[in-house]
Amino acid sequence: MPMIELDNVHKSFGANRVIRGITTHVSKGEVVCIIGPSGSGKSTILRCINGLEGYDSGSIRFEGIPVNRTAKSITAVRTQVSMVFQRFNLFPHRTALENVIEGPIFVKREPRADAQAHGRLLLERVGLADKVGAHPHELSGGQQQRVAIARALAMRPKAILFDEPTSALDPELVGDVLAVMRSLADEGMTMVVVTHEIGFAREVADRVLFLDGGVIAEEGPAAEILTDPRNPRTQDFLRRVLKPL
Amino acid sequence: MQGFLKDSIEFLPILLQGLRLTLIVTAGSLVLSTALGLLWALMRVSGVPILAGISKTFVNTIRGIPIIVQLFYIYFVLPDLGISLTAVQAAIIGLGIAYSAYQSENFRAGIEAIDRGQVEAAQTIGMGWGLTMRRVILPQAFKIVLPPYGNIMIMMLKDSSQASTITVAELALQGKLIASSTFQNTTVFTLVALLYLCMSIPLILLVGHLERRFGLR
Repeated sequence: MPMIELDNVHKSFGANRVIRGITTHVSKGEVVCIIGPSGSGKSTILRCINGLEGYDSGSIRFEGIPVNRTAKSITAVRTQVSMVFQRFNLFPHRTALENVIEGPIFVKREPRADAQAHGRLLLERVGLADKVGAHPHELSGGQQQRVAIARALAMRPKAILFDEPTSALDPELVGDVLAVMRSLADEGMTMVVVTHEIGFAREVADRVLFLDGGVIAEEGPAAEILTDPRNPRTQDFLRRVLKPL
Repeated sequence: MQGFLKDSIEFLPILLQGLRLTLIVTAGSLVLSTALGLLWALMRVSGVPILAGISKTFVNTIRGIPIIVQLFYIYFVLPDLGISLTAVQAAIIGLGIAYSAYQSENFRAGIEAIDRGQVEAAQTIGMGWGLTMRRVILPQAFKIVLPPYGNIMIMMLKDSSQASTITVAELALQGKLIASSTFQNTTVFTLVALLYLCMSIPLILLVGHLERRFGLR
């Protein structure tokens, strides 16, 4: 059984039909990258998966549980599917470690000492062992995003959703974040990544979805889609992204 | 000047009794208005239409009626309905309810100023509405509402003098009583003004201290 299943999902914002029938699935341990032009519905579909957005019709299931943002079961989904945002969204009034242990302590009710030990380990793993006590405003964008990844990992999730995790970063800070994400992929974490980093998608993704106009215009193994796309829209998009001038 | 000092020594003990009542009314209505204001604000942002509607209607009604009329209502009308309160109780409840409307608008502004991404981050780690408010939104909103909150405290201190209209012998009323029986208007009202100022200044300093302490960055 696939971990995440989407079946003919539709979503409109008023008259704007953002998602027009998306059907796909993500298996355990799979890394799926979603690429596509802006406004194609990439972020929206990602946000539907953990119920940050509702959807109008179709179905989304996580390990068989229907994702319904108004149902009690959404908490169970969210504690198992973490999310990393483009703008980090760290809690500014808490230190790096406090950000990381917030969910384990207050949502999963782990003993504080255990959560702290695990949190320190995770911050060390993303290369921020020396920033445990720093507040977000004292950290660079790349460091903040790595704290956000540690915060997502602290929930011991089965899958992590990444919403353009490097788009708000200065170019020289992108590498550190991608390196952490690559190591997660290597360890078998299930990941769905909305990204403009074609190089990352080519190297790390098992599968790539190309979204255009709210539908999956093309999908397949990363190497195939990114080096030899069939769909003229994918070809055009990749040409623009890879050779902007 | 010597006359002023002599009269002051004579009047001060009576004025200080009034000052005691001023402090009681102010503190009581501050606590009540803060608790109620927070309740209205949370109802307003709860996303539950009926709660938001109740809160909005209440706040707008209260804001549209002069405080003095609300005090009269609580002190003179409620007994007809079988609820009698002492003047001090009525003053605390009246000012508390009246000010809860302003408190609520201030709290709501603070809550709504917090970036939407904070709510989403809280949701994605499985936090429900209550936990999100308590752990994520309110601690951040606190810093934003603090300066206007200080302002409200000072306004309440001064508006506690309206309790005099329902017979609470607080500072302003004591002053008026002494003045009308001694005709020492200048001395008495200078003292009253100075005493209000003496109470306001620590509040102003306290808010300044809190703002520095919680670092508005």
